[in-house]
Amino acid sequence: MSVIDVPAATTKSRRKIRRPDLASQWQLMWWKFKRHRLALFGIVVLGLFLVMALFAEAIGIGPPGQRDTAYVAGPPMLPQLIDAEGKFHLRPFVYGVKPVRDKVSLRMTYQVDTAQIWELGLFVKGAPYRLFGVVPGDIHLFGTDKGFIHLFGTDFTGLDIYTRSVHATRASLGVAVVGVLVSFILGAAIGGAAGYFGGLLDDLVMRIIEFIRSIPTLPLWLALAALLPRDWSPLATYLAITVILSLLGWTWLARTVRSKLLATRQEDFVLAARLSGCSDTRIITRHLLPSFLSYLIVDTSVAFPEILLAETSLSFLGLGLREPVESWGVLLFAAQSIRSIDQAPWLMIPGAFVIVAVLAFNFVGDGLRDAADPYSRS
Amino acid sequence: MIRFLSRRLAYMALTLLLVSLVSFVIIQAAPGDYAEIFAAQKAATGAIITLADIEAMRIELGLDQPWYVQYGRWLAGALHGDFGYSWAWRRPVGEVIAERMPLTLTIAFATLIFMYAVSIPVGIYSAVRRYSFGDYAFSIAGYLGLAIPNFLLALVLLYISQQYFHQSVGGLFSPGYENAAWSWAKVQDLLAHLIVPVVVLGTSGTAFLTRAMRAAVLDELNKMYVLSARASGLSPMQLLLRYPVRMALNPIASTLGWRLTYVISGAPIVGYVLALPDTGPLFLNALLNQDMLLAGALIFIFCALTIIGTFVSDLLLVLLDPRIRLE
Repeated sequence: MSVIDVPAATTKSRRKIRRPDLASQWQLMWWKFKRHRLALFGIVVLGLFLVMALFAEAIGIGPPGQRDTAYVAGPPMLPQLIDAEGKFHLRPFVYGVKPVRDKVSLRMTYQVDTAQIWELGLFVKGAPYRLFGVVPGDIHLFGTDKGFIHLFGTDFTGLDIYTRSVHATRASLGVAVVGVLVSFILGAAIGGAAGYFGGLLDDLVMRIIEFIRSIPTLPLWLALAALLPRDWSPLATYLAITVILSLLGWTWLARTVRSKLLATRQEDFVLAARLSGCSDTRIITRHLLPSFLSYLIVDTSVAFPEILLAETSLSFLGLGLREPVESWGVLLFAAQSIRSIDQAPWLMIPGAFVIVAVLAFNFVGDGLRDAADPYSRS
Repeated sequence: MIRFLSRRLAYMALTLLLVSLVSFVIIQAAPGDYAEIFAAQKAATGAIITLADIEAMRIELGLDQPWYVQYGRWLAGALHGDFGYSWAWRRPVGEVIAERMPLTLTIAFATLIFMYAVSIPVGIYSAVRRYSFGDYAFSIAGYLGLAIPNFLLALVLLYISQQYFHQSVGGLFSPGYENAAWSWAKVQDLLAHLIVPVVVLGTSGTAFLTRAMRAAVLDELNKMYVLSARASGLSPMQLLLRYPVRMALNPIASTLGWRLTYVISGAPIVGYVLALPDTGPLFLNALLNQDMLLAGALIFIFCALTIIGTFVSDLLLVLLDPRIRLE
């Protein structure tokens, strides 16, 4: 990829030719990151999740709290292109359903009614909403004019699982982002102090980190979450859970910061800065941090899936977030018993969102790890 | 060696003390003390309890003492296996835990063995046949293994085995064997029921170890000594197993302590979802019912297990690898 002499290149193509000798470090990293196909794919998926979180009202079908009494615990309705007679439809459609009582279990089940065809459309008018709480709108990504569509089915109270999963993106990713931010600040501050000042403080911090690493943390966080008073408002619980989860991620970051600081604080440029009269804060923030920021970003990207999975597990057990806050874990809470997943296996679908999100985070993390050290050849 | 041992032992004792303090704080942090809960239970059955009765009970149980006295008494009891009385079970905490601990330990050990038994051969294969179909297949499986939350994997396996194999996965024995005397058939039944919890608990750890093993073997394969061994005519298999694999095993084995921590950490949720009669459901129900004496005792035991396990694995490593310096 190194092209040094480019005499014949036109001005237009010259811009595309890479000059590693002239590129900034960030540029080198981007080039390396781009070669990691899975990481690029991960970025795209995360972008889609972000869009989903921002425009959940428009991407969902109706209000997330709307119960459809005509379709309770109904299975997913798959859009089709070819009907029962083998005729091709240009517009995807779903078949209508009619309720039937099961003669053995006496439960209501739903039978596909091939006589009724409900056509789907993109950007259809539906229930009105307010985007970001302000902008009014009534256009939904897709929907039907007649009948209804429950892409991923409904739960035992008739709530649409697709719409709720889309809305749950907000809380799930929100907790992860805030949790990672808090653990980033904790890790950078504690690790930074330990690495820069050294001595007794360093010893103490390292012992604490070793201690936290040597005990099984999940039971501990479960206990802390269980101790949150039940009468707290959902928002207070949300914040408390986020803080508890962020206590998970900081140790790795603190160690990285510390070891990098120890390695770089003896460098000549630090000495030069100190001799020119820079303050400690300035040396740390202007000279030391930028020199290993890329490694910090890698460690942060590792903390994302960890916190996301922890939140999902906690909420699934009923110890994390609670209704009316919706996260993927909260939705999975309904799938806790074997009886409910036996009757309605589609209750597990929100779990697929978790898996896709964690996969995307892991791919991006891998790409970043490769890119963090752009001078290494591999 | 003796200096090393005594240092490590002292460090372990200190960690255990810290852990006991954390467990005690968690017990104390729950709203209401034992006397209040006891009074509420009695009152629910119609007995008349006065405030004076509660106060008398507090004094009897030592709940009026300052926290460090209470902590000392709790710790002294804990060292004798006496963790107090679980109000939800109406039995001593130690007794309830002792019944279920063997199964948790069995699952944890089986999971550790599973993780290493799968990840080492797969890691070697992936490194030697790099970029082959098998390598890609294993690394996709690995990515998935890291991304699926334990409890979801447990749910999916439960559903599949219920739906397609008509086998009950929840619990530890098939209905007929539960009260039967121990026999070969019963052991087989037990092993069949252990597969799902072990796979669920071990998947992400296995994925992680496989990656590490693959990377370690790849590093070793590029070294000069491999080239010279090959040049002197060692057969590929012999060469592989005798030198690079042995070198690569070291970093993998040295994370045994972390793996153990990881397994103990994940075990409660898996036990809970699969309805195993181990400490998992015990722990989570204790938390949900705020039966904190039981929950605190379990946290203490979980932590103690990993700390002692890490200590033992560190010792083993020192014995295995003479290059580790004893400072």
